[in-house]
Amino acid sequence: MLDSLIQGILLGGYYSVLAAGLSLMFGVVRFINLAHGDMAVLGALGSLWLVQSAGVTVPLAIVLTLLGMAALGWLMQRFIFERALAGGFLIPILVTIGLGAALQNGMFAAFGSDTKSLGAHIGNLSWSSWELPGGIFVGQLPVYMFATAVLVLGALHLLLTRTAFGRAVRATSTDAEAASLCGVDPRKVHRWAAAIAVALAGLAGIFLAMRAQVTPFSGPMMLIFAFEAVVIGGIGSLRGTLIGGIVLGVVQSLGALISPQISILAGHLVFLAVLGWRLMQTTAADRGGWRTALAAVLNKPDLARRKV
Amino acid sequence: MTPAQTLPMAASDRWLIGLACVGVLLLATLPWLGSALIVDKLIYLFILVMFAVMWNLLAGYAGLVSVGQQAFIGLGGYALIRLVDAGFPPFPMILAAAVLTGVVAWALSWFVLRMKAGEFAIATWVIAETIRSIVMFDPIVQGETGTSLLALNAYDPDLRRMVLYLMALTMMVVMVWGTWVLLQRRIGAESQAIRDDEDAAASVGISTFQVKQRIYIIASVGCALAGALWLASAITFQPRTSFGVQWSVFMLFMVLVGGIGTFIGPILGALLFFALQEIFGDFGAWYLAGIGIVAILFALYLPRGLVGLWLDRGRDEPLSMRKRLGL
Amino acid sequence: MTAALTLTDLVGRHGQLQAIKGLSLTIAANEVLAVIGANGAGKTTLMRMIAGLHPVAEGGILLHGSPVTKMPAHERVKAGIALSPEGRRLFGDMTVAENLMIAAENGRKGDWTLATVCDAFPQLTPLLGRLAGGLSGGQRQAVAIGRALIANPSVILLDEVSLGLSPAAVEGLYSSLAGLKGKVTLIVVEQDLTRAMGFASRLICIAEGVLELDGTPATLTRQQITDAYFGIHKAEEPSHA
Repeated sequence: MLDSLIQGILLGGYYSVLAAGLSLMFGVVRFINLAHGDMAVLGALGSLWLVQSAGVTVPLAIVLTLLGMAALGWLMQRFIFERALAGGFLIPILVTIGLGAALQNGMFAAFGSDTKSLGAHIGNLSWSSWELPGGIFVGQLPVYMFATAVLVLGALHLLLTRTAFGRAVRATSTDAEAASLCGVDPRKVHRWAAAIAVALAGLAGIFLAMRAQVTPFSGPMMLIFAFEAVVIGGIGSLRGTLIGGIVLGVVQSLGALISPQISILAGHLVFLAVLGWRLMQTTAADRGGWRTALAAVLNKPDLARRKV
Repeated sequence: MTPAQTLPMAASDRWLIGLACVGVLLLATLPWLGSALIVDKLIYLFILVMFAVMWNLLAGYAGLVSVGQQAFIGLGGYALIRLVDAGFPPFPMILAAAVLTGVVAWALSWFVLRMKAGEFAIATWVIAETIRSIVMFDPIVQGETGTSLLALNAYDPDLRRMVLYLMALTMMVVMVWGTWVLLQRRIGAESQAIRDDEDAAASVGISTFQVKQRIYIIASVGCALAGALWLASAITFQPRTSFGVQWSVFMLFMVLVGGIGTFIGPILGALLFFALQEIFGDFGAWYLAGIGIVAILFALYLPRGLVGLWLDRGRDEPLSMRKRLGL
Repeated sequence: MTAALTLTDLVGRHGQLQAIKGLSLTIAANEVLAVIGANGAGKTTLMRMIAGLHPVAEGGILLHGSPVTKMPAHERVKAGIALSPEGRRLFGDMTVAENLMIAAENGRKGDWTLATVCDAFPQLTPLLGRLAGGLSGGQRQAVAIGRALIANPSVILLDEVSLGLSPAAVEGLYSSLAGLKGKVTLIVVEQDLTRAMGFASRLICIAEGVLELDGTPATLTRQQITDAYFGIHKAEEPSHA
């Protein structure tokens, strides 16, 4: 039980990195990239290819993958998403679904279907563990991953709150036109945000490749996990994303105690419950229930004003 | 049952409808003439048309871009498995399975229709995944393994094929014709108003939730019907295939390439998709990747699809709803 | 000496509708110009066109003699045009200091810094650490003007300066704005005619996208302005420079 809890928290680090990219795209560029999971898989298979076929060392492969994914994100924003976003809300959804299908099947055709893992290339790290008092074993790899996740999200948080670039990003996400009146080029901000988001997807992909087997078709499920973590944690804050990722990880690993099949289902159900609860809150506020309405007015003025 | 005011139909549209009627009559005689292989392929084509028309109703006319209609495709098949397992006769149960699935769609509508755009898209997908996971707990389904509609093997294969063919043809005609009728009623104009601007539609007194709910349920029942038919022709029920997100990708492709939000677009799209599958299907993954790339290119450069190409040449949209409703 | 801003036969559209119908105007450096006109006359569209937010359908804009017609808004800021937009458009979930810093970091370098802006608008100093979303109307307007100023523009556009503000807040803002005279070219959209005539050195009136009246507060009568405001009759054809 305690063992599962720890496993779940550590797993949450991976989910929060996966979710942070999705959340950044949604928050700044204002669309949900339905190919986000497939991009993570691309990062995973890309790093695997570098190690297995190009003979690059693992640390170098990680660096190259992250740089490559960032470049890919920038280019996709520049050449695909910008155009898609100009066409209304429907087009980005259609484009990213198409992109997902193209990536999955393209990777399948290029890399084959056999599942692969980086685990074999990172020496004893994939199985060594520390023993905690009470006879609980904690894998070293999950701990390193969790620490990396917290570091990356923390660095991202500092980047967004403390730097000129971060201010430009936040301004653009609030009001792109007003940002341009302050001399910020919103399209440039969007491109760099996309670069960071896709690099985060790549990092999550590398995590996946280290901790498990990857297939070209793992992407859709990763997208779903990312979205679940984002919604559970609340959109728009990195701390929320980290919490959301941890909650999802814990729910899944506790679910796995009952049966492996329950694991993922438990995550879905918690997600749907959180989503339902949020919707009920909004609906109750709409109908004028005084308690929720009052809370809504105090906390979120925009929530209270929403019409049915 | 108040029809919205419609303008008279263009002469070319009358011709088109007449031609379609003749085509359907010819198709109805085909199983007595064509080979078993052709009949099987045509059943699949009819099913594709149904999927495309239903998804277009949802996304093109009501603006509800779902990535989770496979929930109802799978549920239609699963309900059929369960009903047949309970001893009911298979063919009528195809209809019953669709009705049962409609009840599920009604229950889900209260939840999903409160979401918008991308959020709606992913939530419907998660729901499809959730339903699949739950269905996989059913001992008959045996998890990933799946099961078969063995009861159908009791029928003579030729008879089975004939019945399925005629059922598929009839249902396709009913869905296409039904959509035509539906879109000419008030609900057609209302749903398009919601798609174009939901707040504006609400402000002129359209009960947006109710309209979306009706469209959602109709589209779900349609998908369930097509899904149950597909299962009856494929026999094998595997949760990963029946509830697979590839159905959504196919639907999106057909509707987008044909012309989203047009009446004739999804039918053209289904024909094209069917042809592409026949020609390039052997290329497997490369073919499916190509489908994805074509979808991206259409969304970016030709968002109104093949019908849009036609319109750009200054011609009228065939069987246009916008025009008939004076929008 | 080249003019600060030259507008030549400017046309701006909202879909099929022409909001600005071939407007020409030359504004000298360091001039204080007040723009008046009824709601829907095209004042805000004109400001947005000069700032680069609204596309110019026909005609051209010169800034100190060089064309900026095709330049996007953020580049115009770097060329020296800053707009404080209608509705203020502050970044509500960021602090006042951050709101100002964004414009300082992405605008031009010059005399205006956080410190000098706070000197010119002393009401900003106690607000720096507060979230912009929670401010009063007058405070928000002061931040918006400060945000435009700190980009060190040579031409500063202020849309609807006193709209929705208390008389005391308007008084405070204008006494601060008076300190800018002679340092930058100032274009102010102002509904309050008395205020506009008292503040500006030149006054134009726009009705239905057309320049109806152009003169100085000293030469124009209230009757002329009121007539132009409602487009009752054509005033003497303004001289196109």
